[in-house]
Amino acid sequence: MDVRIINPFLEAAQNVINTMAMIETKVGKPYIKKDSSSLGDVSGIIGITGDASGSFSITFTESCIKAIVSNMLGMKVTELNDDVKDAVGELTNMICGDARRRLEEQGIKLVGAIPTIIAGKGHSITHMAKGPILAVPFETPNGPFVIELALDSGNN
Amino acid sequence: MAIDYNMKILIVDDFATMRRIVKNILTQLGFKNFLEADDGSVAWEILQKEPVDFIVSDWNMPKMTGIELLKKVRADDKLKDIPFLMVTAEAQKDNIIEAVKAKVSNYIVKPFTPEVLSEKIKKIFGE
Repeated sequence: MDVRIINPFLEAAQNVINTMAMIETKVGKPYIKKDSSSLGDVSGIIGITGDASGSFSITFTESCIKAIVSNMLGMKVTELNDDVKDAVGELTNMICGDARRRLEEQGIKLVGAIPTIIAGKGHSITHMAKGPILAVPFETPNGPFVIELALDSGNN
Repeated sequence: MAIDYNMKILIVDDFATMRRIVKNILTQLGFKNFLEADDGSVAWEILQKEPVDFIVSDWNMPKMTGIELLKKVRADDKLKDIPFLMVTAEAQKDNIIEAVKAKVSNYIVKPFTPEVLSEKIKKIFGE
Protein backbone atom coordinates (compact mmCIF):
# COMPACT_ATOMS: atom_id res chain seq x y z
CA MET A 1 0.00 0.00 0.00
CA ASP A 2 1.29 3.46 -0.95
CA VAL A 3 2.18 5.18 2.38
CA ARG A 4 1.31 8.59 0.93
CA ILE A 5 -2.32 7.46 0.91
CA ILE A 6 -2.50 6.69 4.64
CA ASN A 7 -1.91 10.07 6.29
CA PRO A 8 -4.66 11.96 4.41
CA PHE A 9 -7.20 9.44 5.78
CA LEU A 10 -5.95 9.95 9.35
CA GLU A 11 -6.08 13.74 8.98
CA ALA A 12 -9.51 13.53 7.37
CA ALA A 13 -10.91 11.40 10.22
CA GLN A 14 -9.67 13.88 12.81
CA ASN A 15 -10.88 16.90 10.83
CA VAL A 16 -14.37 15.51 10.19
CA ILE A 17 -15.00 14.39 13.77
CA ASN A 18 -13.61 17.61 15.18
CA THR A 19 -15.61 19.83 12.80
CA MET A 20 -18.93 17.96 12.88
CA ALA A 21 -18.94 16.81 16.51
CA MET A 22 -16.42 19.13 18.22
CA ILE A 23 -14.60 16.10 19.63
CA GLU A 24 -10.80 15.92 19.82
CA THR A 25 -9.21 12.66 18.74
CA LYS A 26 -5.78 11.18 19.33
CA VAL A 27 -4.12 8.86 16.79
CA GLY A 28 -2.73 5.58 18.10
CA LYS A 29 -0.18 3.22 16.65
CA PRO A 30 -1.01 1.68 13.25
CA TYR A 31 -0.80 -2.10 12.84
CA ILE A 32 -1.55 -4.80 10.29
CA LYS A 33 -4.88 -6.48 10.96
CA LYS A 34 -4.98 -10.20 10.26
CA ASP A 35 -8.69 -11.06 10.36
CA SER A 36 -12.05 -9.58 9.41
CA SER A 37 -13.53 -9.23 12.91
CA SER A 38 -14.46 -5.66 13.79
CA LEU A 39 -13.10 -3.80 16.78
CA GLY A 40 -16.33 -2.07 17.70
CA ASP A 41 -20.13 -1.99 17.47
CA VAL A 42 -20.90 -0.15 14.23
CA SER A 43 -18.90 0.27 11.02
CA GLY A 44 -19.12 2.16 7.78
CA ILE A 45 -17.27 0.76 4.77
CA ILE A 46 -16.75 2.41 1.40
CA GLY A 47 -15.31 1.01 -1.83
CA ILE A 48 -12.49 2.93 -3.52
CA THR A 49 -11.31 2.91 -7.14
CA GLY A 50 -8.85 5.00 -9.15
CA ASP A 51 -5.08 5.25 -8.59
CA ALA A 52 -5.56 2.64 -5.85
CA SER A 53 -8.46 0.28 -5.34
CA GLY A 54 -9.93 -1.45 -2.32
CA SER A 55 -11.83 -0.11 0.65
CA PHE A 56 -11.81 2.16 3.69
CA SER A 57 -13.75 1.45 6.86
CA ILE A 58 -14.32 3.11 10.20
CA THR A 59 -15.53 1.22 13.27
CA PHE A 60 -16.85 2.94 16.40
CA THR A 61 -17.47 1.59 19.87
CA GLU A 62 -21.01 2.27 21.06
CA SER A 63 -20.03 4.90 23.65
CA CYS A 64 -17.86 6.74 21.15
CA ILE A 65 -20.43 6.95 18.35
CA LYS A 66 -23.25 7.90 20.73
CA ALA A 67 -21.19 10.88 21.90
CA ILE A 68 -20.28 11.87 18.33
CA VAL A 69 -23.85 11.66 17.00
CA SER A 70 -25.26 13.43 20.08
CA ASN A 71 -22.96 16.36 19.33
CA MET A 72 -23.67 16.28 15.59
CA LEU A 73 -27.44 16.37 16.05
CA GLY A 74 -27.52 18.54 19.14
CA MET A 75 -29.57 15.96 21.06
CA LYS A 76 -28.73 13.09 23.36
CA VAL A 77 -28.55 9.76 21.57
CA THR A 78 -29.03 6.82 23.95
CA GLU A 79 -29.12 3.79 21.68
CA LEU A 80 -27.53 2.47 18.52
CA ASN A 81 -30.58 3.23 16.38
CA ASP A 82 -31.13 4.04 12.69
CA ASP A 83 -30.14 7.68 13.25
CA VAL A 84 -26.74 6.51 14.47
CA LYS A 85 -26.30 4.14 11.54
CA ASP A 86 -27.27 6.91 9.12
CA ALA A 87 -24.75 9.22 10.77
CA VAL A 88 -22.01 6.58 10.50
CA GLY A 89 -22.71 6.42 6.75
CA GLU A 90 -22.45 10.16 6.44
CA LEU A 91 -19.24 10.29 8.52
CA THR A 92 -17.69 7.54 6.37
CA ASN A 93 -18.62 9.52 3.28
CA MET A 94 -17.24 12.77 4.61
CA ILE A 95 -13.94 11.26 5.79
CA CYS A 96 -13.42 9.52 2.47
CA GLY A 97 -14.26 12.74 0.59
CA ASP A 98 -11.96 14.83 2.76
CA ALA A 99 -9.10 12.32 2.31
CA ARG A 100 -9.63 12.23 -1.46
CA ARG A 101 -9.43 16.02 -1.59
CA ARG A 102 -6.12 15.95 0.32
CA LEU A 103 -4.82 13.18 -1.97
CA GLU A 104 -5.76 15.07 -5.10
CA GLU A 105 -3.42 17.86 -3.99
CA GLN A 106 -0.62 15.25 -4.16
CA GLY A 107 -1.74 14.11 -7.61
CA ILE A 108 -3.40 10.89 -6.40
CA LYS A 109 -6.94 10.45 -7.67
CA LEU A 110 -9.40 8.15 -5.91
CA VAL A 111 -13.13 7.70 -6.42
CA GLY A 112 -15.42 6.70 -3.54
CA ALA A 113 -18.56 4.59 -3.83
CA ILE A 114 -21.65 4.82 -1.60
CA PRO A 115 -20.97 3.58 1.97
CA THR A 116 -22.48 0.50 3.58
CA ILE A 117 -23.22 0.30 7.31
CA ILE A 118 -22.75 -2.82 9.45
CA ALA A 119 -23.82 -2.94 13.09
CA GLY A 120 -23.78 -5.45 15.94
CA LYS A 121 -21.27 -6.75 18.44
CA GLY A 122 -18.60 -8.86 16.75
CA HIS A 123 -19.67 -8.05 13.18
CA SER A 124 -17.10 -8.67 10.47
CA ILE A 125 -15.74 -6.33 7.82
CA THR A 126 -14.78 -7.67 4.42
CA HIS A 127 -12.35 -5.42 2.60
CA MET A 128 -12.23 -5.27 -1.17
CA ALA A 129 -8.47 -5.67 -1.67
CA LYS A 130 -6.06 -8.59 -1.80
CA GLY A 131 -3.29 -6.87 0.17
CA PRO A 132 -2.88 -6.34 3.91
CA ILE A 133 -5.34 -4.39 6.06
CA LEU A 134 -3.82 -1.42 7.86
CA ALA A 135 -5.67 -0.54 11.07
CA VAL A 136 -5.22 2.74 12.93
CA PRO A 137 -6.84 3.18 16.36
CA PHE A 138 -7.99 6.58 17.65
CA GLU A 139 -8.86 7.64 21.18
CA THR A 140 -11.66 10.05 22.08
CA PRO A 141 -12.85 11.10 25.57
CA ASN A 142 -15.81 8.71 25.05
CA GLY A 143 -13.99 5.65 23.81
CA PRO A 144 -12.04 4.47 20.77
CA PHE A 145 -12.70 4.11 17.07
CA VAL A 146 -10.57 2.42 14.41
CA ILE A 147 -10.06 3.14 10.76
CA GLU A 148 -8.96 0.43 8.34
CA LEU A 149 -7.50 0.78 4.88
CA ALA A 150 -7.01 -2.05 2.41
CA LEU A 151 -5.83 -0.75 -0.95
CA ASP A 152 -4.11 -2.40 -3.90
CA SER A 153 -2.18 -0.09 -6.18
CA GLY A 154 -3.04 0.69 -9.78
CA ASN A 155 -6.27 0.70 -11.76
CA ASN A 156 -7.17 -2.90 -11.07
CA MET B 1 -30.49 42.97 0.18
CA ALA B 2 -31.93 41.68 3.44
CA ILE B 3 -32.37 37.95 3.81
CA ASP B 4 -36.00 36.83 4.06
CA TYR B 5 -36.02 34.45 7.00
CA ASN B 6 -39.46 33.21 6.02
CA MET B 7 -38.30 31.90 2.66
CA LYS B 8 -38.99 28.27 1.84
CA ILE B 9 -35.81 26.21 1.79
CA LEU B 10 -35.61 22.79 0.13
CA ILE B 11 -32.98 20.57 1.77
CA VAL B 12 -31.89 17.63 -0.40
CA ASP B 13 -29.69 14.84 0.98
CA ASP B 14 -29.94 11.05 0.98
CA PHE B 15 -28.70 10.95 4.59
CA ALA B 16 -31.32 11.98 7.16
CA THR B 17 -28.53 13.00 9.56
CA MET B 18 -27.17 15.56 7.14
CA ARG B 19 -30.63 16.97 6.44
CA ARG B 20 -31.10 17.31 10.18
CA ILE B 21 -27.73 19.00 10.69
CA VAL B 22 -28.40 21.47 7.88
CA LYS B 23 -31.91 22.13 9.23
CA ASN B 24 -30.58 22.62 12.78
CA ILE B 25 -28.04 25.16 11.59
CA LEU B 26 -30.56 27.00 9.40
CA THR B 27 -33.01 27.09 12.32
CA GLN B 28 -30.29 28.56 14.54
CA LEU B 29 -29.72 31.21 11.86
CA GLY B 30 -33.41 32.15 12.05
CA PHE B 31 -34.95 30.31 9.10
CA LYS B 32 -38.32 28.64 9.67
CA ASN B 33 -39.72 27.08 6.51
CA PHE B 34 -38.23 23.85 5.27
CA LEU B 35 -39.01 21.11 2.80
CA GLU B 36 -36.94 17.93 2.66
CA ALA B 37 -36.12 15.43 -0.06
CA ASP B 38 -33.94 12.32 0.18
CA ASP B 39 -32.96 12.36 -3.50
CA GLY B 40 -32.70 14.74 -6.45
CA SER B 41 -35.67 13.05 -8.12
CA VAL B 42 -37.87 13.64 -5.04
CA ALA B 43 -36.66 17.26 -4.92
CA TRP B 44 -37.59 17.66 -8.60
CA GLU B 45 -41.13 16.43 -7.89
CA ILE B 46 -41.47 18.90 -5.01
CA LEU B 47 -40.25 21.74 -7.24
CA GLN B 48 -43.04 20.96 -9.72
CA LYS B 49 -45.68 21.35 -7.01
CA GLU B 50 -44.43 23.88 -4.45
CA PRO B 51 -42.84 27.31 -4.65
CA VAL B 52 -39.28 27.09 -3.29
CA ASP B 53 -37.00 30.09 -2.62
CA PHE B 54 -33.68 28.39 -1.95
CA ILE B 55 -32.25 24.90 -2.60
CA VAL B 56 -29.54 23.37 -0.41
CA SER B 57 -28.52 20.08 -2.02
CA ASP B 58 -26.01 17.31 -1.50
CA TRP B 59 -24.00 16.25 -4.56
CA ASN B 60 -23.72 12.49 -4.20
CA MET B 61 -27.13 10.76 -4.16
CA PRO B 62 -28.10 7.39 -5.61
CA LYS B 63 -30.90 8.18 -8.09
CA MET B 64 -30.56 11.79 -9.17
CA THR B 65 -27.39 13.55 -8.06
CA GLY B 66 -27.17 17.17 -6.94
CA ILE B 67 -25.42 18.22 -10.14
CA GLU B 68 -28.16 16.61 -12.24
CA LEU B 69 -30.78 18.41 -10.16
CA LEU B 70 -28.91 21.72 -10.55
CA LYS B 71 -28.75 21.29 -14.35
CA LYS B 72 -32.47 20.49 -14.53
CA VAL B 73 -33.35 23.50 -12.37
CA ARG B 74 -31.19 25.87 -14.43
CA ALA B 75 -32.73 24.54 -17.66
CA ASP B 76 -36.29 25.15 -16.47
CA ASP B 77 -37.78 28.58 -17.24
CA LYS B 78 -39.81 28.75 -14.05
CA LEU B 79 -37.11 27.47 -11.69
CA LYS B 80 -33.86 28.72 -13.21
CA ASP B 81 -33.38 31.71 -10.88
CA ILE B 82 -33.68 29.80 -7.58
CA PRO B 83 -30.46 30.18 -5.55
CA PHE B 84 -28.76 26.78 -5.31
CA LEU B 85 -26.17 25.89 -2.66
CA MET B 86 -24.33 22.63 -3.26
CA VAL B 87 -23.24 20.80 -0.11
CA THR B 88 -20.60 18.32 -1.08
CA ALA B 89 -17.82 15.99 -0.09
CA GLU B 90 -16.91 16.03 -3.80
CA ALA B 91 -14.53 18.96 -3.78
CA GLN B 92 -12.11 17.76 -6.41
CA LYS B 93 -11.30 20.47 -8.96
CA ASP B 94 -13.29 18.82 -11.75
CA ASN B 95 -16.41 18.78 -9.59
CA ILE B 96 -16.11 22.44 -8.70
CA ILE B 97 -15.61 23.41 -12.33
CA GLU B 98 -18.64 21.33 -13.34
CA ALA B 99 -20.81 22.95 -10.66
CA VAL B 100 -19.69 26.48 -11.56
CA LYS B 101 -20.36 25.78 -15.26
CA ALA B 102 -23.85 24.58 -14.30
CA LYS B 103 -24.34 27.94 -12.53
CA VAL B 104 -24.32 26.86 -8.91
CA SER B 105 -24.88 29.88 -6.63
CA ASN B 106 -22.23 28.69 -4.20
CA TYR B 107 -20.91 25.46 -2.73
CA ILE B 108 -19.87 24.25 0.69
CA VAL B 109 -17.48 21.41 1.39
CA LYS B 110 -18.25 18.81 4.06
CA PRO B 111 -17.34 18.84 6.90
CA PHE B 112 -18.40 22.42 7.63
CA THR B 113 -19.16 24.57 10.66
CA PRO B 114 -22.37 26.59 11.16
CA GLU B 115 -20.30 29.77 10.60
CA VAL B 116 -19.26 28.63 7.13
CA LEU B 117 -22.83 27.80 6.13
CA SER B 118 -24.00 31.18 7.42
CA GLU B 119 -21.29 33.00 5.43
CA LYS B 120 -22.18 31.18 2.20
CA ILE B 121 -25.86 32.05 2.59
CA LYS B 122 -25.02 35.70 3.21
CA LYS B 123 -22.88 35.70 0.06
CA ILE B 124 -25.64 34.15 -2.03
CA PHE B 125 -28.23 36.66 -0.84
CA GLY B 126 -25.81 39.56 -1.15
CA GLU B 127 -25.66 40.59 2.49
